[in-house]
Amino acid sequence: MQKRQFLHALLASALIGSTALSASAHADALANAEKSGVLRVAVPQDFPPFGTVGPDLKPRGYDIDVANLIGRELKLKVEIIPVSSTNRIPYLTTGKADLVISSLGKNPDREKVIDFSIAYAPFFNGIFGPADIAIKGAADTAGKTVGVTRGSVEDLEFTKVAPATATIKRFEDNNATISAYLSGQVQLIATGNVVAAAVNERTKIRRLDTKFLIKNSPCYVGVNKGEAALLARVNEIVGKLKANGELNQVSQRWLQAPLPAGL
Amino acid sequence: MAYAFDFASVLEYREVLVDGTLKTLALTAIGTFFGLAVGILGAVSRAWKLAPFDRFFTVYVELIRNTPFLVQLFFIFFGLPSLGVQINEWQAAILAMVINLGAYTTEIIRAGIEATPKGQIEAAQSLAMGRAQIFRHVVLPPALLKVWPAICSQVVIVMLGSSVCSQIAAEELTFAANFIQSRNFRAFETYFVVTGMYFLLAIAVRQVMIQAGQRLIARRVK
Repeated sequence: MQKRQFLHALLASALIGSTALSASAHADALANAEKSGVLRVAVPQDFPPFGTVGPDLKPRGYDIDVANLIGRELKLKVEIIPVSSTNRIPYLTTGKADLVISSLGKNPDREKVIDFSIAYAPFFNGIFGPADIAIKGAADTAGKTVGVTRGSVEDLEFTKVAPATATIKRFEDNNATISAYLSGQVQLIATGNVVAAAVNERTKIRRLDTKFLIKNSPCYVGVNKGEAALLARVNEIVGKLKANGELNQVSQRWLQAPLPAGL
Repeated sequence: MAYAFDFASVLEYREVLVDGTLKTLALTAIGTFFGLAVGILGAVSRAWKLAPFDRFFTVYVELIRNTPFLVQLFFIFFGLPSLGVQINEWQAAILAMVINLGAYTTEIIRAGIEATPKGQIEAAQSLAMGRAQIFRHVVLPPALLKVWPAICSQVVIVMLGSSVCSQIAAEELTFAANFIQSRNFRAFETYFVVTGMYFLLAIAVRQVMIQAGQRLIARRVK
């Protein structure tokens, strides 16, 4: 038992030591980037609509657009570094990237390792439905039929808050849930905003409007610990892009929906 | 290798299981009743070449017996609403089961009808019985009796096949199993229990069908 605790302590101190080292190795990433004229941004390449590879084999998506907008505001050339969801944080902490714009959600474990900007993209589970059904909250789903993918986060969360008279129809997978909605077998569906965007991109009938959020986990720009100058500039720029409507255009383009109020 | 079984986590959901079982049985009962009715109509149309119904039933039997049940179910549930026919998951499930069982029993019962000795029909004709009377009293009961074991098997197959109705959110027994294991993450125990339940259900349904055959048909033939 004692041996184990000792090992843990050793590992922990080694980890802390290495992050401290790597942090000091590229202290003031903003100054370094300005010196080299290049901003290195880690983006996803396997997660539509945030980041995919386009027909011209170049990365495209919501995150790539945001990376380019931030680069433009900093007057720096943007170097796009495609990463996967498992290695996006290591790319940042080992100094291979200055920013991670990779549909990154915030949680306490990640906050121990890196810093987060203000939110730049909406990512949530919610209730979606046609424009002609007025729904403001869970209580309004009374008497309605709601399709959901069985066992998904939205199934578990919506089941908790759904009124007794709401009929929840649980389908095997996302495709069946969407088919049930598009064929009119259910009036509303609970799903992710990214899924809804993908549906709206392909269908003209029964487009999905956001009714209310079930679970909210927006995306943030990841910055290394101790990069106060860079973090402040990124926050300033994201705030400006929200205010001048450019971020809203990105949202309309990739998520087929305006930025939700209060993001 | 040491897997700790936790059946208590399945029994917590026993109401869901009971409800699913009842719905599976109800689906089977309704599907069997109307499916057999369709099968008898189809069988006599094809065996006695009653135009134009014989053509219709030939196409119907070929279409249904050569396509998967799940696809037929999706066609009804997701397809028909696009044509403006709104039906819910239970109507779709029952319709699919009736159509499916009807096609198979058409062929099973036709075999029974065609095995009727010519002499029996001629004897009935010599007693001045009409065609409908001959069919009802002379042909159908022995025909059904001959093929009843095959019909029992087909009904059990359709009962087990009703598990795919879980795919359109009809909350029958397999839906109950999928629902439970998506909540307690005890897939092995859940399917263990549900497999056992299907096994017992199949035996019970077969016994009921055999008994029904004895009471409703065998008695009339004697």
